[in-house]
Amino acid sequence: MSITCELSNLTSKKAKESRSGKKWLKKPLLFLILCGSLVILLVMFSWLGRSQKEETGSCNGEAKVLYRHQNVTRSEIHDLVSLFSDSDQVLSFECSKESRPGMWENYGITCSLNMRSEKQETRWIPWNLNPSGLAHSISSTSCICDNLEPSLQQPEKSENLEEGQEQGLSTYLRNAWWWCLILGVVVCHKIYVFHSKAPAKRKEKVHLQEPLAQKKQQQRAQTSSRGAGKWRKNILLLGILGGVSFSVWWFWDTNEEIIMKRRETLANMCDERARVLQDQFNVSLNHVHALSILVSTFHHGKTPSAIDQKTFEEYTERTNFERPLTSGVAYALKVPHSEREKFEKEHGWTIKKMETEDQTVVQDCVPENFDPAPIQDEYAPVIFAQETVSHIVSVDMMSGEEDRENILRARASGKGVLTSPFKLLKSNHLGVVLTFAVYDTSLLPDATEEQRVEATIGYLGASYDMPSLVEKLLHQLASKQTIAVDVYDTTNTSGLIKMYGSEIGDISEQHISSLDFGDPSRNHEMHCRFKHKLPIPWTAITPSILVLVITFLVGYIFNEAINRIATVEEDCQKMRELKARAEAADVAKSQFLATVSHEIRTPMNGVLGMLKMLMDTDLDAKQMDYAQTAHGSGKDLTSLINEVLDQAKIESGRLELENVPFDMRFILDNVSSLLSGKANEKGIELAVYVSSQVPDVVVGDPSRFRQIITNLVGNSIKFTQERGHIFISVHLADEVREPLIIEDAVLKQRLALGCSESGETVSGFPAVNAWGSWKNFKTCYSTENHNSDKIKLLVTVEDTGVGIPVDAQGRIFTPFMQADSSTSRTYGGTGIGLSISKRLVELMQGEMGFVSEPGIGSTFSFTVVFGKAETNTSITKLERFDLAIQEFQGLRALVIDNRNIRAEVTSYHLRRLGISADIVSSLRMACTSVSKLENLAMVLIDKDAWNKKDFSVLDELFTRSKVTFTRVPKIFLLATSATLTERSEMKSSGLIDEVVIKPLRMSVLICCLQETLVNGKKRQPNRKRRNLGHLLREKQILVVDDNLVNRRVAEGALKKYGAIVTCVESGKAALEMLKPPHNFDACFMDLQMPEMDGFEATRRVRDLEREINKKIASGEDSAEMFCKFSSWHVPILAMTADVIQATHEECMKCGMDGYVSKPFEEEVLYTAVARFFEPC
Amino acid sequence: MLGLGVDRLQADINRLLASLFHQGVLDEQFLQLQQLQDETSPNFVYDVINIYFDESEKLLRNLRLLLMDREFSDYKKIGLHLNQLVGSSSSIGARRVRNVCVAFRSASELSNRPGCLRGLEVVEHEYHYLKNMMHELFQLEQQRILAAGVRYPM
Repeated sequence: MSITCELSNLTSKKAKESRSGKKWLKKPLLFLILCGSLVILLVMFSWLGRSQKEETGSCNGEAKVLYRHQNVTRSEIHDLVSLFSDSDQVLSFECSKESRPGMWENYGITCSLNMRSEKQETRWIPWNLNPSGLAHSISSTSCICDNLEPSLQQPEKSENLEEGQEQGLSTYLRNAWWWCLILGVVVCHKIYVFHSKAPAKRKEKVHLQEPLAQKKQQQRAQTSSRGAGKWRKNILLLGILGGVSFSVWWFWDTNEEIIMKRRETLANMCDERARVLQDQFNVSLNHVHALSILVSTFHHGKTPSAIDQKTFEEYTERTNFERPLTSGVAYALKVPHSEREKFEKEHGWTIKKMETEDQTVVQDCVPENFDPAPIQDEYAPVIFAQETVSHIVSVDMMSGEEDRENILRARASGKGVLTSPFKLLKSNHLGVVLTFAVYDTSLLPDATEEQRVEATIGYLGASYDMPSLVEKLLHQLASKQTIAVDVYDTTNTSGLIKMYGSEIGDISEQHISSLDFGDPSRNHEMHCRFKHKLPIPWTAITPSILVLVITFLVGYIFNEAINRIATVEEDCQKMRELKARAEAADVAKSQFLATVSHEIRTPMNGVLGMLKMLMDTDLDAKQMDYAQTAHGSGKDLTSLINEVLDQAKIESGRLELENVPFDMRFILDNVSSLLSGKANEKGIELAVYVSSQVPDVVVGDPSRFRQIITNLVGNSIKFTQERGHIFISVHLADEVREPLIIEDAVLKQRLALGCSESGETVSGFPAVNAWGSWKNFKTCYSTENHNSDKIKLLVTVEDTGVGIPVDAQGRIFTPFMQADSSTSRTYGGTGIGLSISKRLVELMQGEMGFVSEPGIGSTFSFTVVFGKAETNTSITKLERFDLAIQEFQGLRALVIDNRNIRAEVTSYHLRRLGISADIVSSLRMACTSVSKLENLAMVLIDKDAWNKKDFSVLDELFTRSKVTFTRVPKIFLLATSATLTERSEMKSSGLIDEVVIKPLRMSVLICCLQETLVNGKKRQPNRKRRNLGHLLREKQILVVDDNLVNRRVAEGALKKYGAIVTCVESGKAALEMLKPPHNFDACFMDLQMPEMDGFEATRRVRDLEREINKKIASGEDSAEMFCKFSSWHVPILAMTADVIQATHEECMKCGMDGYVSKPFEEEVLYTAVARFFEPC
Repeated sequence: MLGLGVDRLQADINRLLASLFHQGVLDEQFLQLQQLQDETSPNFVYDVINIYFDESEKLLRNLRLLLMDREFSDYKKIGLHLNQLVGSSSSIGARRVRNVCVAFRSASELSNRPGCLRGLEVVEHEYHYLKNMMHELFQLEQQRILAAGVRYPM
């Protein structure tokens, strides 16, 4: 009970879980896949967008730089041209110049310069710029620009290419990951589905009969499932780890890329800035150079000099835009010491010494305050200076340490030379001084250093104010807000000198690009860095976190799934265990029932015996009634116990079927006679019909067959009330298979039942057509087991009872389950009978089915397979009828019955006796068909067809024909029930010779016929039969037993029935006694005897008999000597203490006629003896 | 007493029988035996039981002799004796004796000497118990018959 409870609980729970679980599992899966694809798309888009933007950004920057560069060059050319070309050319540029605001003032100066240049045109021609040269220079610049562009683009492109490759790889990786994820999801789902199915499959495999093997299997399954669970958990852990590491990798990768991008941008910007600075510087360097040439041309080349301080000032002021980086320019003359006085005199001031100490405090430096320069080899006093640096006029540049060195280097190299950065005079900014040497015009381009020094006539210096320079520059460039720039002088590697810079920005990531300011001896560097720290890389964080989240989500789902699998497996395990336990309990129950029923039977026998004993004593009517009731109840209980025992035996598989030849018709007769009492009581007509195609003898288990039939018929009787019939019919299954060619009349009627009007039943009450249940029999129609030695019978029991309610029809074969609970109240019974019958039928390789309509009746059908008996096997039980049958052989009978099917049943019974029967439907018909009346031995009239008036006509007919016929046919009335008075009344009326009470059966029929036909005297058949005393009275019986006690008991028992008993105590003595001629009618032989056992003794006796029989047959011995019998065969019955099949067969083999189990029981003794002794 | 005790004696007999049945000492065969007794053979049960006791006594003695013999090996003979004892016991319905005899017999079939000795003891014990019971029963029976035989002139 508790087991089943648990089981049902579990199943229901599981069912619920699995139902909800499936739904639950599917939704997140879909969601997950959606999420995954979304994220893929997102990531891909963001990647594409970013790379495009960067490309365009960098391009724009380049273009800007180029454009500016070109612009500068162009403006420079403008200036030059405005200075040196003729007015026509100038005019052509004028418009563009005039458009520049704030420039028109300088225009006048250029004009005046133009006038002067016209005067000295001839001298200037060879050196002057010509338009073609100009064009050349322009074109070259543009060429450079053009070259620059591709060169700038090229590395970027290659970078892009590399980057693209990398990007492709990572996107590929990412996509692969997504696919892996989806694949993993699908695979896991599949695994889950498979696993949830697999236990079910496994479960089916479990065998009931092998609990041990099952247990082992279970254990194995358990361990394997546990292993699988662990394995799955590990995979999950691995997957989650993989997901986490992937997300970390993704973050790292993306972050790295971002940082790289940043660095690249920084590098690009830094390089750009450096380049621009460098270019600008170079441009202004060129300008300074140009200025130096100008000075050399117009100051030294002309006499008198075309330039004085004022002109220089003005010019430099006007061309200052071309040198945006210089804070000022100055020209110093090379004055040797020898010429100092002359020079001083010429200019009216003395050469002053530069105060190096004062350079730190430059606020108000007045050259007049400077001391005169000390005496040196040569001096470099400034003669011209831009206005911004006019304070250094007359200062000797050679006196400054930096400047001196600078000057020396400049004149030696002939190129622009830079000083290291120092604080500039006055402005107090860090700056550098660029120095150009001005040579004599005669200097060759490939002059040596000495020549250069020799040719030097002056120096042009320009001071660059670095901070303002860089600032100005950076202002022009894009994204100045984001980048911080430092410029260093790195000539002295040990100590960097910062020329420009701020403290802001992150120093950790900075880019260094070298600057080339045209002075090979000096190195400069530009350090760039971002002002702001790296912003939080959201583009890297978002997807990686997403991946992480998804990983955990998927992991969670899988974990749930795994847990579910585990729980399901556990449940399955539990269920399996419970199932095994339930099965074991079932088996135990069956065994318990079997044992208990057996144990109950024994004391029940005692109770019954005592009751019987009690009934034998002197009891008054009341006591007798009580005792009888108790006895009856006891018998019922015993039969019930027997049924339960059967059921239990079948369930525990211990029931084995016998295989002995038996006569089915005899069994059916038996059953019908057994149940006739009950049927007659209720007024139900009981009819038996066996098709002529069914062989007489079949091999099978008669007792079980009988049990089935008894059960079904008993049920039918129980559920049929006061009307109708019960009809048992047996056909070959083959007969039914092809309904169109059925020859059997009864079967035809059955099949027609319900289909058409022609169908009729035995009693006339409607019944259910059994065809419905036949159709369902598989075995009935299967042709495969068409073995020649097997016959398949189809047995049908039809009744007109209350029928089975439709809703109860499904459970009719369930043990202890009746159609409904009220049934047991109304009709009693346990409801076990049908279940047993079905199981028995199944044991006999048959099927059982039924059709039932409430209110009309039920028809139970079943098929059984029996072996075919060998043709010459005869059943001894029939022998006693043989004589009678021979008597009746060849007689003719007329059956008058208004129901064809009933008439067929009657004629079947007559056929068994060898009587051929004609059928007419009514008395009137019988009268008309005179031809049929000839040579009739008997007329059987059904009570329903009985009609006194018509019969008198018939009777007259018969009596009239008395003359023609040798004898008058005997008239029998067939009645379902008739009281004794009715019967005697009938008989005394003289019309009828005998009333036969249905059900018809062979023994009854024979008795009746014998009485009326042969003996002609009236006897009461079937009365004395059951009395053993009459059977054994005055019989000479020999008892052979070595055991004195047994002997006495057997003697006592037999004597009680009136037999004359002789006892001997050994086989040998028995042999002596049984030597013909003797007077013994039967012999009871013990099997286990010392010296000569029962088998041996019987064999000897039989040998003796055979010998003598032979002698008689050959006439050797006179028949008188053995007058009593024509042949000797004394029935020998074995007495055994325990009957088992083997001994039974052995008994038969050695010539015994039967056996009785040793403590004699009346009934057993009767059945054993009855067939030898004719009732007389 | 004097006739009034018939019913009580009968009740005693029945009670004794019932207890014997309950203990499994007797079975329904004994009832059958009693049924065989009628006017023609009024002492049938008594006779049969007496014969049984005589026979069994002999058999048991033989068995004991056989088993006590030191160079004993004739288990077949023991089997024969036991067969007899089983047969007669089941005939009179001495169920317990029969059952222990069967156990004894299986021990002898296995040539299990200690088992045989033990079996013999048990059989003897059961046998004596049965004998006592039967003795009591017959005494009661006799008393009953005597009591029933007393008739008072009306």
